[in-house]
Amino acid sequence: MDTSKVATSNSSAATAKKPGKAGVVANWADERLGLGTAMKKNLRKVFPDHWSFMLGEIALWSFVVLLLTGVFLTFWYRPSMAEVTYMGSYDQLRGLHMSEAMASTLNISFDVRGGLLMRQMHHWAANIFIASMMIHLLRVYFTGAFRKPRELNWVIGSLLLLLGTLEGFTGYSLPDDLLSGTGIRAADGFMKSIPVVGTYMSFFLFGGEFPGDSIIPRLYTIHVLLIPGLLLGLIAAHMLLLVYHKHTQWPGPGRTEENVVGFPMLPVYAAKAGGFFFIVFGVTAMMGALLNINPVWKLGPYDPTKVTAGSQPDWYMGWPDGALRIMPGWETHLFGYTIAWNVFLPVIVLPGLMFTILLMLPFIESWITGDKRDHHLLERPRNAPTRTAIMVALMTFYGLMWAAGGNDIIAIKLNLSINQITYFLRVAVFLGPVIAFMITKRWCISLQRHDQEKLLHGYETGVIMRSPEGGYSERHLPIAPASAYTLTARDRDEMWTPEAETDENGVRRPGGRLSGLRARLNKAWYADNVQKPTAAELEEAHHHAEHEHELQAPLEGHSADGHQFDGHHAVEGETLRGSH
Amino acid sequence: MRFVNRSAGRLSRHRRGPLAGLVLLLVGLVTAGGLYTALAPAQAQDSDTLAIEVEKGRELFLVGCSSCHGLNGEGVSTLDGNNLGPSLVGVGAAAVDFQVGTGRMPMAQPGAQAPRKPVTYSEEETAQLAAYVASLGPGPAIPDESDYSIEGLDDDAKEAAVVRGGQIFLTNCTACHNFEGSGGAMPRGGYAPSLDGVESKYIYEALLTGPQNMPSFSNGNLAPEEKRDVIAYLKSLEEQPGYGGFGMGGLGPVTDGVFAWLVGIGGLVAFAIWIAAHTTRSKKKKVTS
Repeated sequence: MDTSKVATSNSSAATAKKPGKAGVVANWADERLGLGTAMKKNLRKVFPDHWSFMLGEIALWSFVVLLLTGVFLTFWYRPSMAEVTYMGSYDQLRGLHMSEAMASTLNISFDVRGGLLMRQMHHWAANIFIASMMIHLLRVYFTGAFRKPRELNWVIGSLLLLLGTLEGFTGYSLPDDLLSGTGIRAADGFMKSIPVVGTYMSFFLFGGEFPGDSIIPRLYTIHVLLIPGLLLGLIAAHMLLLVYHKHTQWPGPGRTEENVVGFPMLPVYAAKAGGFFFIVFGVTAMMGALLNINPVWKLGPYDPTKVTAGSQPDWYMGWPDGALRIMPGWETHLFGYTIAWNVFLPVIVLPGLMFTILLMLPFIESWITGDKRDHHLLERPRNAPTRTAIMVALMTFYGLMWAAGGNDIIAIKLNLSINQITYFLRVAVFLGPVIAFMITKRWCISLQRHDQEKLLHGYETGVIMRSPEGGYSERHLPIAPASAYTLTARDRDEMWTPEAETDENGVRRPGGRLSGLRARLNKAWYADNVQKPTAAELEEAHHHAEHEHELQAPLEGHSADGHQFDGHHAVEGETLRGSH
Repeated sequence: MRFVNRSAGRLSRHRRGPLAGLVLLLVGLVTAGGLYTALAPAQAQDSDTLAIEVEKGRELFLVGCSSCHGLNGEGVSTLDGNNLGPSLVGVGAAAVDFQVGTGRMPMAQPGAQAPRKPVTYSEEETAQLAAYVASLGPGPAIPDESDYSIEGLDDDAKEAAVVRGGQIFLTNCTACHNFEGSGGAMPRGGYAPSLDGVESKYIYEALLTGPQNMPSFSNGNLAPEEKRDVIAYLKSLEEQPGYGGFGMGGLGPVTDGVFAWLVGIGGLVAFAIWIAAHTTRSKKKKVTS
């Protein structure tokens, strides 16, 4: 036994290096809070890298901007409808009577240092907050990231979108300027359109007849306490579930349903996400500083006798407003009561229906497909043509309604007749989604076929071959193995087969009545989808390609222009004939 | 005495000369003619020019306007009962000054609304047309600058006028013209035009005469001072610095939404792509096998 490397004396015992200052602090905290155990795992939490995974982050960071700027605004804003005389520094309104809410908003805008910047940042951040939730939602839907086990997180996300919209609406109403008041007046009308209970609800919310003097204080409490509290709780739940489920990833070599390939939280993602916060803050600050949003001083205090052209809600309420604008004026008079279908259907029923559809999308899909497996690998939109087409149809519906909400601006900016726009949209909101669905579905299937071509016959090289007979063909070359792996890393569609309506004893199955519908929907869901090739098919295609190359072998070495660049030869020193 | 009467005596010496009558006649004629040229034509010019102006205006009208408004400004009805051009009897000089002075008339083609465009007639011709149309029946005259300017007021009164004008504007005008006068849509392709940069005189005339889709705000409806205050408010908006930055056309929340999506979300997604594209590698160079 060689003991030459063993120390012969114990003169210098091994001692721990004296910890640095940071280490001391960390140790102090760890001994009391037990953070080390909790963080050990999560600091190394792996997140996959893709730009589309950062869209939800925009929402998170703009929410932080909203909290910061919102707290600033609460220091000076007074949620009161008490009438005061404005004596601030804005000339055109000085001496007017207005609510304290409006006067304090003007005060923030003109007399509080940085106040207008904060107001504008808050408003832009709100617009961006809801927009980013929406594009995040689209990403999650189009990639199939809502599938089991993430359906509940989809539900939470949908609730966040709804609450964000309500939060935005209540905030829009607080300054008590002409737009705010018009918005509240509209909301009052919407509520009153609900048969039977509408007027009671309106009186309950306003504390009497519109406008009363309680709506602004009430909306303020909802805006700064109730909804932000709910939003915070749901955001926490949303992110805890994200950590628990682990992030989905795009398929690729080395990526499976069992693992997550990416970079750890510390140092990479902490830096990326932290940096992104500053970018979101910066973009919001730039917009707040450079772009004027909601000039309350020009709108003036709310007064029920006034209204302005261009009265629109903020963008996220634009589509129900559009539905309201294009709705025919249907009303029913019943026993001396009026049921205002022209308001009730577009603003109360339709948004409720659309939100329910949004909430149910994961469950509807899994019911139709019968897919109860866990999914951690994302699906490309083309590989789920029906799903993609459904969302594009919904987006088309949304977009057309949205356009209807800006019909007056479209009319003056494009020199169109507002009536013609309305007539067009009344038809288009029904036809457009159907057309969009069909186009998208076929488009996805063509893309699938293209993928199939690439897998079986390789990619198009752009090299044109001429056969001895004089025929022309394009040379295809096999795609890289990694690309082939990525293209084939998807499940085959599994058709759901309905169980027999009656069991072996001839007793009807519970819920069997819908199985016929379910079977038809299932068939339509997968109709014409292209399944990835089997191993045998791939094998055969490769043999075929090799055979073709053999056939072309006699041509090799013959100098046909361009032929030498077909990818099978060393091309050093080769020139095109006639080159000088 | 001789010294004093020298010249008189000299003139009187020829008093009874044979040419004296002729000279006197000449002097009388020259004086009367000179006085006539100096004084009489000044009075004749005024009365003559009004008639001439109306006549010149009529000439212009017959060439440029009568095909729609009729040979005597009585309007032309189409077979289905619509107007090709409305009657101009009683619209007054103010209406002509507004319509022709802003280039709206003569129309280039029939349409939902006559747009503002480069002016066709010179100021002199516009005045002649106005004179002719005013002669058709009593109507509002072209306002004087003192009608629509607040220059004569002291500072406090000016500020009060602007505040009052703002409230009148928000009550009566914004429903069509938008809260900062950026314009808005009207049914069937019509529109309330932008008021930004429109001359005070034309705003006043438009209020007075109610062109196209606009209702007319007669003096009983909106007193002359109130019209003046509205104009003062609009001018104060034009002079105002852009508080809060670029106004994006002053069209309300629609443009806010456009910018939130294009600049806000567009920019942030671009940043997200940029961040995701920069992955951690120990070496910048791609690993090649």
